[in-house]
Amino acid sequence: MSAPARKLERGRVGEAVRRADGIPKTTGEFAYASDLQAAGMLWGHTVRSPHAHARVGEIDISEAVTMPGVHAVLTHADVPGTKLYGLEYADQPVLAFDRVRYYGEPVALVAAEHPEQARRAAEKVRVEYEPLEPVVDMERALEQDELHPDRPTHEPDHYRDDPRANVVRSILIRHGDPDTEGDVVVTGEYELGIQDQAFLGPESGLAVPDGDGGVDIYVATQWLHVDRAQVAPCLDLPPEQVRIHLAGVGGAFGGREDLSMQIHGALLALHTNRPVKIVYTREESFVGHVHRHPARIRMEHRANRDGKLVCVHARVLLDGGAYASSSTAVVTNASSFACGPYAVANALVDATVVYTNNPPCGAMRGFGAVQVCFAHEAQMDKLAAALELDPVELRLRNALAPGDVMPNGQKVTGSLPVADVIRRCAELTVPEPEPLPRDSLRLPGGSGNVTRGEGVKRGVGFALGFKNLCYSHGFDDYCAARVRLFAGADGALAAEVHCAAAEVGQGVVGVITQVARTELELDDVTLAPGTTSTVDSAGSASASRMTWMVSGAVAEACRAARGELGARGGTLAPGEEIDVEKVYRHPQTWPLDPETGQVTGERAHVAFICSAMRAVVEVDTDLGLTRAVWIGTAQDVGRAVNPQAVLGQIEGGTAQGLGLALMEEIQTRDGLITNASFTDYLIPTTLDMPPVDAVLVEEPEPDAPYGAKGVGEPPTVVATAAVAAALRDATGRDLTRVPVRPDDLIGL
Amino acid sequence: MRIELTVNGERHEADVWAGESLLFALRERLGLPGSKNACEQGECGSCSVLLDGTLVCACLVLAAQADGHEVVTVEGLAPEDGPHPVQEAFVQAGAVQCGFCTPGLVVAAADLLARTPDPTDDELREALSGNLCRCTGYAKIFDAVRLAAGAS
Ligand code: FES
Ligand code: FES
Repeated sequence: MSAPARKLERGRVGEAVRRADGIPKTTGEFAYASDLQAAGMLWGHTVRSPHAHARVGEIDISEAVTMPGVHAVLTHADVPGTKLYGLEYADQPVLAFDRVRYYGEPVALVAAEHPEQARRAAEKVRVEYEPLEPVVDMERALEQDELHPDRPTHEPDHYRDDPRANVVRSILIRHGDPDTEGDVVVTGEYELGIQDQAFLGPESGLAVPDGDGGVDIYVATQWLHVDRAQVAPCLDLPPEQVRIHLAGVGGAFGGREDLSMQIHGALLALHTNRPVKIVYTREESFVGHVHRHPARIRMEHRANRDGKLVCVHARVLLDGGAYASSSTAVVTNASSFACGPYAVANALVDATVVYTNNPPCGAMRGFGAVQVCFAHEAQMDKLAAALELDPVELRLRNALAPGDVMPNGQKVTGSLPVADVIRRCAELTVPEPEPLPRDSLRLPGGSGNVTRGEGVKRGVGFALGFKNLCYSHGFDDYCAARVRLFAGADGALAAEVHCAAAEVGQGVVGVITQVARTELELDDVTLAPGTTSTVDSAGSASASRMTWMVSGAVAEACRAARGELGARGGTLAPGEEIDVEKVYRHPQTWPLDPETGQVTGERAHVAFICSAMRAVVEVDTDLGLTRAVWIGTAQDVGRAVNPQAVLGQIEGGTAQGLGLALMEEIQTRDGLITNASFTDYLIPTTLDMPPVDAVLVEEPEPDAPYGAKGVGEPPTVVATAAVAAALRDATGRDLTRVPVRPDDLIGL
Repeated sequence: MRIELTVNGERHEADVWAGESLLFALRERLGLPGSKNACEQGECGSCSVLLDGTLVCACLVLAAQADGHEVVTVEGLAPEDGPHPVQEAFVQAGAVQCGFCTPGLVVAAADLLARTPDPTDDELREALSGNLCRCTGYAKIFDAVRLAAGAS
């Protein structure tokens, strides 16, 4: 069922609500992390490694500290606490010592009165490097010297004990009988380049010493409390002396899960006893955060004549770059979704992520599902061709449904309307080809195309994808919310909600207030600033978990507050208040068996979300130029908490998937990034994006509060595959690598 | 060096370092951080302002070049009595997510509508092609500009 039209602006669950931060964001009033200032503020700057792999010897700061305006120059020797940190495994130096493992790795810090003074002093920090051969090929890495000889992610009791060099994690899933043969076999090898989140607000923050040895950090991040858990030990401070506050976030998409300036800013602030602001340049941003893992994937699909898949083999290799970040979870996800949202009784999935000296990779929207979707959907199209079946029909015949068992042994429960999204997407009307000649703005390549369109060919592609909601594999995930209910001077009730959920643009502040208004049956609800100091953790703004988790936590806190209100006779006297904090947990998940990759309990993932997409492209087959003409999609949303915001997520997520198909790639040479700017790393502009026709398929998720699913990731998961399929249709070429280059389109 | 300029109708003086951009001066010296710093290389449009009525990237203009000139930033767009129609339309249409691109887009869209009150779709796409947005996929930004065009 699609979303019915709903009245605007009442502010409760299911209604299209205006964003509370909307007008301030349009007038320039809304304060992003890079906008912050404080009296006596200094500017911090990071000295970064020019090498992808080198031994670090002496660091001479003697000249830098004497430069005009400089207040501090710090190295690893100035880190008072633990010298390593990390999101899941502490394998990354706060400031490099002994060796650097990637281009741009932080080595020293400078604080000065003016940012230019800090930059100039940074140039005077002399670091003795002894360059080492960089490990840059993910396949060869398995046989080269260990970049982390102590194997920090190695947990043989819990995960497969893989002796190969540089393995961060490998997952082997054996399901059914992987030797099962089919009537038809198709194989393929696929490759994806490194994608960047390219959020527009550069990494920034302000660290303010509190005068008592503690520090307040105002920063653009995705998870305040996990930042604190990493920052405090490095500063050698108890957590309560490190308070992290959410500053305005200019987009995230996974790229702000790892720390950027948090520890560095705090070190400088505590050292100088002055507020310190750090704002990355765009170039620094490209080297300063983790990226989407590049991948090499090999798949073999076996099916019977009737179009039923009988066995899938998938080998997935991901390049994790220099440090672990969230690589272990990304590779586990990739293994879970490698066979796509299809019922397959027999499978062998072998997924590995390795350390290299390439840019570190971690979380990005789609989180392991994007890479495998590109591969399994190309395979499904190949299979359809081999079976002479319509690609949509082939997908329908194999659509995963509740009750089916996934390759990791999890039986799908809850809502997963795969067949529905396929049908609803296939029903959308594809626009008629636009006649030629026409305005060059609407030719492949746009106004740069000076032909009359003689070489233009049209192609239509279809893709299907799915992924998990929330954290998986036994992670004890929770979200806290606190509600203060009080009476104003006139006795009227009002509420203030505290929740440390990071608003990164997705609109979670709207969800929180909608839920609170609904549960409290009250319109006067305000949301307090996100901070570690007034409420427990909300968990991360990632894994499509925030809508689900805050809805659960805020609803529980509101119900408790209402219960208390009832006990007090239903009213509060002026000045009287009720203050409750509640913690919400989603249904439990279990880890995989290290040897078989089968789930050891009821579920490995909490729930799933799926999406189908049809893309129409035009390719100028003489020039290798492309134009995305139209995209139609049907997405499972559970229930749309705010339909306008859901559509915004689908359109924006589609743009990022299209970007990976057509243009986005971090390029490296021997581990050095060569295109760290928006001049050379292209993201879709207004001229690149086609209209997106989206249908919301609402089938409430029984385990989720209000039945709502987090909706941001599926469009990114399927869009790359759908656009690539359309390009294949237009050109008749295999196009096994994204982003697809002009050369690939004309076969050079 | 000392510069004098008019920003949003008000005279300002500032001491700037010779290499500073107008964007840095606005954000860090004049208390007007509304213009954004997404690239500081002229590639994203997040810093769009009007310099003597012409749409420019403030990151590509030296503060010193603005000496004696008139600048309008996103903070100066709205009339006294409420938001500018483009600002209102951006919120109404759902064109704001993280919002980091929004100030630049609002200035660029207001400039477009001032020159071309009823732009065609192609004109709209071309006029805003220098403004990157990473969150929205642009569809709701187009809706917003059409909405604002209809409203004025
Ligand atoms: S900040 Fe000026 S164009 Fe990007
Ligand atoms: S709304 Fe985030 S960049 Fe446009």
